[in-house]
Amino acid sequence: MALELYLDLFSQPCRSVYIFARKNNIPFEFKQLSLMDGEQYGEEFGRISLIRKVPALRDGGFCLAESIAILQYLAEKYKTPDHWYPANLQQRACVNEYLSWQHSAIRLHGSKMFWLRLLIPKILGVEVPQDKLDAAMEDLNASLKLIEEKFLQDRSFIAGDHVSLADLVAIVEVMQPVGSGLDVFEGRPKLSAWRDRVQEAIGKELFDDAHQKILAAQESVKEMDGSKMEFFKPKILRLFL
Amino acid sequence: MMELYLDLVSQPCRSVFLLAKVLRIPFEFKLIQLSAGQHYSEEFGKISIVRKVPVMKDGSFILTESIAIMQYMVQKYQAADHWYPADLQQRARVNEYLSWQHTNLRAHGSKVFLYRAMYPIIMDAPVPAEKMNVALEDLKKSLNLLEEKFLQNKPFIVGDKISLPDLVAIVEIMQPVCTGLDVFEGRPKLIAWRDRVKKELGEKLFDEANEVMMNMSSLQHTMQNSKELEMFKPMFQKLFS
Repeated sequence: MALELYLDLFSQPCRSVYIFARKNNIPFEFKQLSLMDGEQYGEEFGRISLIRKVPALRDGGFCLAESIAILQYLAEKYKTPDHWYPANLQQRACVNEYLSWQHSAIRLHGSKMFWLRLLIPKILGVEVPQDKLDAAMEDLNASLKLIEEKFLQDRSFIAGDHVSLADLVAIVEVMQPVGSGLDVFEGRPKLSAWRDRVQEAIGKELFDDAHQKILAAQESVKEMDGSKMEFFKPKILRLFL
Repeated sequence: MMELYLDLVSQPCRSVFLLAKVLRIPFEFKLIQLSAGQHYSEEFGKISIVRKVPVMKDGSFILTESIAIMQYMVQKYQAADHWYPADLQQRARVNEYLSWQHTNLRAHGSKVFLYRAMYPIIMDAPVPAEKMNVALEDLKKSLNLLEEKFLQNKPFIVGDKISLPDLVAIVEIMQPVCTGLDVFEGRPKLIAWRDRVKKELGEKLFDEANEVMMNMSSLQHTMQNSKELEMFKPMFQKLFS
């Protein structure tokens, strides 16, 4: 049985896993899961992952959730080039530091912005109070500032001279608010330059392929059926409002 | 000598402290008293601009994020394999837990703790019942997943032996427990696991790590009367809104 990756490219962690697997020519079967249609709550997917989130991996009888764990697993199993997850003690620590920090920082704040700006008003039809938007913006700005001032500084990439898992995980999160029409790169030349380097390291074609869905989000929400999301509407509103 | 900047009121500080002790890593305990606002000092800002604990300083190498610090310690001091197994699938299970816990058990346990211990002090009012119920419900779901997905019928999270996830999990569970909430009630599996972890660490060390937390009322008293309280209020108020 081939390696299966359960993905929806609307999701940031799905994009980092997708890009990594494709870039390293890791053969896999793309198992499409539509989050907007609630497919993560289906019976079959529940057997793959009790956590019911994407991405998920199935390698023979082995199932794995959590993009960070999946990336580390793929890097180890397929012996990808060292720079992705360096063996060197301090360099690896730098990558691990970013991978840990980002969960409750840029990932949280970028996701929130995407939901508040786009999905909640456009699909759930709920108006978002300005003070919530302002608070979310403040948090997002703080995270972006830390990426520039702590994780990048004067380096080309987060861990040094070469692209690593940290940059991959970072770029997909930074792109999420962009999908809602917010240009986070504006007025941030350092971040923009880093984005260009990461795009080049990944390959523009692969980068664009991975981000096609999210960058078309503003248009695609117009055709989305809000009634399909009634099921998790209360959960979403509780989470973000 | 390695320096660890810690305040044992913080869960991630406790897991780093426990690991360093259990691995017999010589270190200098540098107290950063959060309730006294010491993380806002100019001096600490030079150590870490993120201004959080724990922080590790090994020679000139500074590292934040407890997960990264523990991975560094295990690698540098060549800890026994069971802490962070080299086996591909076992390591994946460790990484899966370490990733999942940030926005689940850690987030939910912290929220319950903050509502019970800090809300009344900061907001000068009792926690609204609905907010408290939602927080307790979220914590319950995390504990359910801990039992049903991560522990199942194994002695420890990854298998027969203790590993980093068990340390990280136990310190997060202790946080709401220290406010007098018995999260173990009705969970015999979790109780059995907790007792195994305690036994592995040694009861003396376990108690030492939790000493500060067991004295919750003294901590609350310090906070309430601290002139730094005004400094914390905006941050907490935003968190509680």
